Amino acid sequence: MSHRELDDMLGKGWRKPAFVKHPLLRWVLILGFFAYLIAAFMTIDVDWGRVYEGLDRGWAFVLAFTSPDFVSRWSDIWSGLLESIIMTVAASVVGILISIPIGLGAARNIAPLPVYMICRGIVAISRALQEIIVAILLVAIFGFGPLAGFLTLSFATIGFLSKLLAEDIEAMDKVQAEAIKASGARWPQWINYGVQPQVMPRLVGLSMYRIDINFRESAILGLVGAGGIGATLNTAFDRYEYDTAAAILILIIGIVMALEYLSGIIRARVQ
Amino acid sequence: MLRLQKLTKTYKTGDQALKAIDLEVPKGQVLALIGPSGAGKSTMIRCINRLVEPTSGGVLLDDVDLTKLGSGALRKARREMGMIFQEYALVERLTVMENVLSGRLGYVGFWRSFLRRYPQSDVDEAFRLLDRVGLLHMADKRADELSGGQRQRVGICRALIQNPKLLLVDEPTASLDPKTSRQIMRLITELCQERGLAAIINIHDVALAQMFVPRVVGLRFGEIVYDGLPTGLTPEKLTEIYGEEDWEATIEKVDEDEDVEAAE
Amino acid sequence: MPVLEQNDTQIWRRRTTGQSLVRWFGWLLGVAVFVYCWQFISESTTWFFVWDAPRIANDIWTRATPPKWDYITQLGRPIWDTLNIATLGTIIALCMAVPVAFLAARNTTPSTLFIRPIALLIIVSTRSINSLIWALLLIAIIGPGVFAGVIAIAIRSIGFCAKLLYEAIEEIDHTQVEAITATGASRWQVMAYGIVPQILPAFAGIAVFRWDINIRESTVLGLVGAGGIGLQLSASLNVLAWPQVSLILIVILVAVLISEWVSAKVRGAII
Repeated sequence: MSHRELDDMLGKGWRKPAFVKHPLLRWVLILGFFAYLIAAFMTIDVDWGRVYEGLDRGWAFVLAFTSPDFVSRWSDIWSGLLESIIMTVAASVVGILISIPIGLGAARNIAPLPVYMICRGIVAISRALQEIIVAILLVAIFGFGPLAGFLTLSFATIGFLSKLLAEDIEAMDKVQAEAIKASGARWPQWINYGVQPQVMPRLVGLSMYRIDINFRESAILGLVGAGGIGATLNTAFDRYEYDTAAAILILIIGIVMALEYLSGIIRARVQ
Repeated sequence: MLRLQKLTKTYKTGDQALKAIDLEVPKGQVLALIGPSGAGKSTMIRCINRLVEPTSGGVLLDDVDLTKLGSGALRKARREMGMIFQEYALVERLTVMENVLSGRLGYVGFWRSFLRRYPQSDVDEAFRLLDRVGLLHMADKRADELSGGQRQRVGICRALIQNPKLLLVDEPTASLDPKTSRQIMRLITELCQERGLAAIINIHDVALAQMFVPRVVGLRFGEIVYDGLPTGLTPEKLTEIYGEEDWEATIEKVDEDEDVEAAE
Repeated sequence: MPVLEQNDTQIWRRRTTGQSLVRWFGWLLGVAVFVYCWQFISESTTWFFVWDAPRIANDIWTRATPPKWDYITQLGRPIWDTLNIATLGTIIALCMAVPVAFLAARNTTPSTLFIRPIALLIIVSTRSINSLIWALLLIAIIGPGVFAGVIAIAIRSIGFCAKLLYEAIEEIDHTQVEAITATGASRWQVMAYGIVPQILPAFAGIAVFRWDINIRESTVLGLVGAGGIGLQLSASLNVLAWPQVSLILIVILVAVLISEWVSAKVRGAII
C-alpha cells in the first residue's frame, strides 16, 4: 500500500507548502503589498537636488563627531543637561511611587472589579497618549519650564510601569501568596509577604529601564518648551552649529550607555 | 577506509579530550564507541568531520588527510560523512522534506537550495528514504510536530541522502525510550548493511551496543582501553572503562533482552 | 542571623546595626536628592501660572469641544503620509538591522575584536537618540518633508531591531547549525538553513512590534517639520485652533489603537 503511494510520488516534483494555503489569497496579499509599496514611494516627493546639496552638510555633521565642541556653549549644555537629569530623577521617583498602587489595582487577581476598571483606564489613557503630545498640552496649561516636563514623564512612567507590574502580579505563583493568606495575614501583610517578594526583582529591573527611557525622552521635551537639553540641541541645529550638536548627542549617548550599564549591574544584584 | 593517526584534542581550558588516538575502521564495518561521560566520545566524532578542530594528528579518509583540507575541500569531504545527532538536531521550523533535502546541501548551489528547487533525482531519493523509514506520509509536516523516534528517523534520512561512505552517529538513542532506542539502532545497522556503510556509533548503553554491533571500542579519559568483540566485554573490562560497579546485572540483562528479542 | 543581646534576652532582627545604618543613610541621601530636584523644578516654575492652571485647562477644554469634525477631509493625505513614514521606515530599518545584528551576535560575527564593537556602537548610538532628534538633524541636512521622516524613523529603529534580533541569534540552538554544517553546506547555506528558520519568528515579531511603535512616533514627527499628521497638529497649535487640535488628537488616538490591535493580531498569528 505504502509502496504504491511511493510509486505515485516518484518522478513528481516537490514544492515547499506555502505559508498562506489559499493561492488566490496568497497572490492578493503579495500583489497588495507591492502595490502599497509603489504607491507609498510615489507619494514621497523627494527633492533630490536638495538632498544632494545636503550631503555636504551631512558630511560636515559626521566630521563634527570627530571634533565635538563641548566648550563654547558649555554653560547652555550644562544647564540643559542638569535640567534633563533633574526632571528624569524627580519624574522617575514620583512615577514609580504612584505606579505601585495603580499596578496593584490593575492586577485582576488581587483587586476588586471597580478598582481594577479605574486603574486599567488610567493605564490605557497614559499609554495611548504620547509623551510629546502630553507635554504640549501640559505646557499650554502650566506654562513653559521643567514642571511640565516633570509631569509628562511622571504620567508616562505610570502607564508603562503599572501595566507591566500588573501583568507580573497576575502571572505570579498563587501558592506562595495563598500560604501567607493561610497564616491569617491582613491584606497589607499579605501584599508585603506574599506578593512583594515575588515581583520585587522585576519591579526594580523595570524601574531601571524606565529611568533610562525617561532620560531619553527628557532630551526631546525641550523641543516643545517643557525643559531639558532638547531646547539647547534645537538651537544648535537651527544655528548649524554641528560641533555643539555633536557634543550634546555624544553626552546623551554616553549617559544612556552609563545608565544601561548601571541598570545591568543592579538587575544582576536583585535577581 | 578511515584511519585516525595520533588524533589529539586539547581544549583551550587545558582539558585533554583525546590523547593520541589511533584507530582504523575498514569499509562497511559498524563499530560502537563506549565510555563514560567526558571520555571524549563526542569530541572524537566531531574531530573526524572537523566540527571540532583537532589539535594535532591526522584523520585519513581514503588516504586523504581531512585535517589538512581547506574550507572548500572540507565541505566536499563532509559530504562523504553523514552525521546523526543525539537530540536529532533537525531544523525544527522546516518541514520533514526540507530537513531530508538539507542533506544534499553539499551538492547543490546556494540559490537552488534557497529556492528549494532540488534536482528531481534528489527529490525522488528523499521520497524513497522517507518510505524506507516509514515516514512518507509525514513529508510536509513540520519537524517539531514529530515524536522523538520519528525525528531521529528523519535525521537518519538526512544523513543517508548525502550518499556517504561513513556514518558518524552521536548518541542516537540518548533521548528515546528503550523500545524506540532499539528500533532506531536496528534501523541504523540494517541500513549500514544494505548500503555497505561504515559507521562509528557513539553510545553509552553498553547492552544496546552489544546487541547490534560486531566491534566495540572503549574510551576512557581520551584513550582507547578496549578494542574487540562485544563478547569480550567482561566485568573486568567494563570496570576498566567505567570504573568500579557491579557489572553482572548489565551483562545478564543483555541475555534476557536477547530472549525477549527472539520471542517477539 | 543578626541577634541583639539586651538584658540577657536575645532579640532577632532582620539586619545588623551596621546594615541598618547604611540603609538609613541610603534612604536619607535619596530623599535629599529628590528634595533638591524638586526645589530646582520649583524655582524655575512660575507658580502663578500653576495656580491658574485649572482655569486655563477649563478654558482650553471649552474651546476644544466640540472638535471641528469637517476638518477631517483635510487630514486624509497627512494620515497616508504618517502611515508611509512608519511602514517604509520600518522596512528600511529591518533591511539595515539584519546585517548589523549578524555582525553583532557573538556566534555569527566574523570578528569579535573589530567588527562586533562597531556593530554594537551602531546599535547603541541609533537607539539612544529619539526619532524626533534624528528628524531635526535630517531636516537640517536634507530639508523638511516626508523623506526626512522616513529616514529618521529608519535610523532610530535600526538599533532597536538589531538589538532584539542579535539577542535572538545568540539564543539559537547550536546543534541545528552543527547538523547543517556537517552535511557539507557552505557558509551561506548554513545561514539559510540552520540559522534563519530559527530566528524567523523572532524577526517577524520584532518587525510588527517596531511598526506599532513607529506609527506612534511618526504621528508627532511633523512637529519638527518631518511630514505626517504632526504638521497639521503643529500648524493648528500655532494658530490656537483648538477644535482642530482636538480632532487631530482623536485621529492620532484612533490610529494608535488600530496599530496596536493589528500588531497584536499579527503577533498572535505568527507565534
